[in-house]
Amino acid sequence: MKTTYPFAAIVGQEEMKQALILAAVDPSIGGVMIFGDRGTGKSTAVRGLAELLPRIRVVEHCPYGCAPERTAGLCGACTGRAKDAPPPKSRQTTVPVVDLPLGATEDRVVGALDLERALTVAEKAFEPGLLARANRGFLYIDEVNLLEDHLVDLLIDVAASGENVVEREGLSVRHPARFVLVGSGNPEEGELRPQLLDRFGLSVDVTTPDDLATRVEVVRRRDAYERDPEAFAEKWKRQTGKIRRAIEKGRERLDAVDVPDATLEQAAGLCMKLGTDGLRGELTLIRTARAAAAYAGDEAATAEHLRAIAPAALRHRLRRNVLDDAGSTVRVEKALEEVFGA
Amino acid sequence: MNAPAPRPGEEGPEPGRDDPLRAVALTAVDPHGGGVLVRSFPSPERDALLASLRALLPTDAPLLRVPVNVSDDRLLGGLDLPATLRAGRPVVAKGLLASADGGMLVLAMAERMARDTAAQVCAAFDAREVALEREGIGRRMATRFGLLALDEGADDDERPPPALADRLAFHVGPEALAATRGCAPPFSAEEVAVARARLPGVTVPGAVIEALVATALAFGLDSIRPALQAVAAARASAALAGRSAATEADAAEAARLVLAPRALRLPSSEPPPEPEAQDEPPEEPPPEEDRSEPEPPPESEDAGEQEIDPEALAELLLEATLAAVPEGLLEKLSDAAPRRAGGEAGVSGARTKKALRGRPVGVRAGDPGPGERLNVVETLRAAAPWQPLRRREGAGRRIEVRGEDFRVTRYSQRSATTTLFVVDASGSAALQRLAEAKGAVELLLADCYARRDQVALVAFRGTGAELLLPPTRSLVRAKRSLQGLPGGGGTPLAAAVDASLRVALDARRRGTTPLLVFLTDGRGNVARDGRADRAAARAEALDAARAVAAERVAALVIDTGRRPEARAAELAEAMGAGYQPLPFADAAAVNEAVRAATPTPGRGS
Repeated sequence: MKTTYPFAAIVGQEEMKQALILAAVDPSIGGVMIFGDRGTGKSTAVRGLAELLPRIRVVEHCPYGCAPERTAGLCGACTGRAKDAPPPKSRQTTVPVVDLPLGATEDRVVGALDLERALTVAEKAFEPGLLARANRGFLYIDEVNLLEDHLVDLLIDVAASGENVVEREGLSVRHPARFVLVGSGNPEEGELRPQLLDRFGLSVDVTTPDDLATRVEVVRRRDAYERDPEAFAEKWKRQTGKIRRAIEKGRERLDAVDVPDATLEQAAGLCMKLGTDGLRGELTLIRTARAAAAYAGDEAATAEHLRAIAPAALRHRLRRNVLDDAGSTVRVEKALEEVFGA
Repeated sequence: MNAPAPRPGEEGPEPGRDDPLRAVALTAVDPHGGGVLVRSFPSPERDALLASLRALLPTDAPLLRVPVNVSDDRLLGGLDLPATLRAGRPVVAKGLLASADGGMLVLAMAERMARDTAAQVCAAFDAREVALEREGIGRRMATRFGLLALDEGADDDERPPPALADRLAFHVGPEALAATRGCAPPFSAEEVAVARARLPGVTVPGAVIEALVATALAFGLDSIRPALQAVAAARASAALAGRSAATEADAAEAARLVLAPRALRLPSSEPPPEPEAQDEPPEEPPPEEDRSEPEPPPESEDAGEQEIDPEALAELLLEATLAAVPEGLLEKLSDAAPRRAGGEAGVSGARTKKALRGRPVGVRAGDPGPGERLNVVETLRAAAPWQPLRRREGAGRRIEVRGEDFRVTRYSQRSATTTLFVVDASGSAALQRLAEAKGAVELLLADCYARRDQVALVAFRGTGAELLLPPTRSLVRAKRSLQGLPGGGGTPLAAAVDASLRVALDARRRGTTPLLVFLTDGRGNVARDGRADRAAARAEALDAARAVAAERVAALVIDTGRRPEARAAELAEAMGAGYQPLPFADAAAVNEAVRAATPTPGRGS
């Protein structure tokens, strides 16, 4: 396995890093969509995520990585076992960050009959797909706007229900598939369907840094990494560990973070001002603010947190005005000014 | 073929003539760091360039050609069915991406490459592995290859997908390529082989990196990749020269070969901004935590090498690059200012997937139904591996095909509509009407956007018609060119119809379905030759309109006259077009009319 470029070594791009971190703190925020120019480190950030995530315990040999301590939301085999007294054998592993490559066929995504077993022993067995592997982790689609429509629909469906149902070749399998969907794409390569966009909790725009010092730093680090990936990753190990511990603490603290009425009202006001449709925006806003507070080690989600995360939580939910030159980020900023005052 | 390159005003071997060959040599030293984009029709020089690449790569390194309509199977790999059936276990056939490991891929007709194909190539290139998740097989195959793209695009709209172009370090234009005629390869295979071995030990001093990044920025290269590629090129150049660290000369070579041909703007004439920029920023480094500890030391690489003065180097690079910026770039840039970064991705527009026409682009699992066609061969292929299992389950037939095996052919149609707005900006279409027409067009634009159509804009006034905006999907550009549209002057209607028909036929050749939307009062008063002759103008306009009808181009005339004009209706009739008076018609009604007139090309069921 090639050493990936460390997340911590990404220069700038704070909003993208924040969004990914918060989605790791609270997966229920519901996915991150990253829009950006070419070569801005979108894929690098997502691939570097795996290292940042606190390790999890999974049931030994369970292809879905079920949690040993839980009794609900498990796969068929683990649900049966959960009723028995002795806890199943388990092991620690890294949180899966699964790549869904372009050109993937549906059978590989949802799972299908195991070809090898069918051919060699003429036996019907289910071979779990990428959705199974992504359970409890992240599913990453680069260039999501180029993915085939029928796959996109399928992903939306599974991401929303948290369960994958397979009916093929006389097999009938259902298994948990709870994952954080992370997509990235370049708007120049094609637009994303609004229905899909809306399913992402957060949306961030990344741009190439335009100041020289930052750019030099980007190239320098990239160059150092290319020359010796291991040494480079080693150099950033402490930084990576720091973020990981903060995420871990954030998760533990998450339930204890208070969301005062004032914050709820402000969130509602913001959504009203921007005319976002539905409750999803408001919910995401509050969850993300809470995750931000938890990650920062604060006791309550305040206006400050709300302000920091509102653009990411709302900019993709605004009613489209294609002829409005002012980007949606600008519109969110304006609403923030109005709700919170200058 | 020893005719000395007969370029006017040229004497003796001009320095830089063999630049494309140098680029190829640098690519052969570091295939993954470089990559070449050759924009030219097939020519002896292009063949020579390819031959020199072949000669410089190690003999066992693959150099594989990727056809433009390559299937996912061939590109990514898939199940090798004959071998699988023979062996009785799944056997994977490597695709081109995995087979190119250690060598290079040649992308043919890159300007026509579909964006998803390009995205797959780029993904494997970046990740250095092929992620194969197809038809019962999941594999990750490590692969590290270089890219050479052949771009045979004829005009500005035919470009390789930007994502691909961005990953190619050396962009060789037709002029630069033609100039290599008769040039001897600057490096031998042995020199390249030695350099390749030396490459991992070659360092690039911090000052060189800084100067290259600054130069890339000064020439408007927003993406960070050109800078990274320039750094890699400087390293390869140093390796070729037998140095252990890149010097000013290597940096200059890199800037000339990587940055100059891609320049998007010329550095502002004010004193070079680099030096000042370099003095302060270290104070405001990226995020503080980034700097705090693992302060990336500029790799004690200066050891032994002479000190490089970053300011002087930045200036030197600026000059070297400037001198190498292709001729005529300035003019091209001034009228293409808003379309920086390539704009649309080649010609591969939005493709309707559910269509029965167009180019087949592979198969997918699914039931054949209305709008889908069963692919019998692929279906049988899909069924084949499962036969032993099904036989065991007691299927009586010799071949058991089940619903899961059904494969339907996917067709790709570069369809969508190109809506061409032809706006009358003459004096007769008084200014207020012009404003209304603009309003209507804006509304229509929003609709085109929703349908992902391409839009183009022709305006006519005075003595001629002008294509203000070639077909694009960029709304912002359409809006901008509309806003800047001045009014006044005569009404050269015939010229406008002629011009728009040309654009329409051109759009059709590209595989889109054209729709002409005229916004005019139909009162042409300027003949084709520019004379103010009402009668001739009218006859010619009708004549031109009939040509539109003859070509069966869908059209709509929106009458912008103060009250419905017989002239406009007449024009519409000659064109076989729909007619809609604008007066009192609200924009929504106009929108409706256009929608009704819009042809529906292969938009499946």
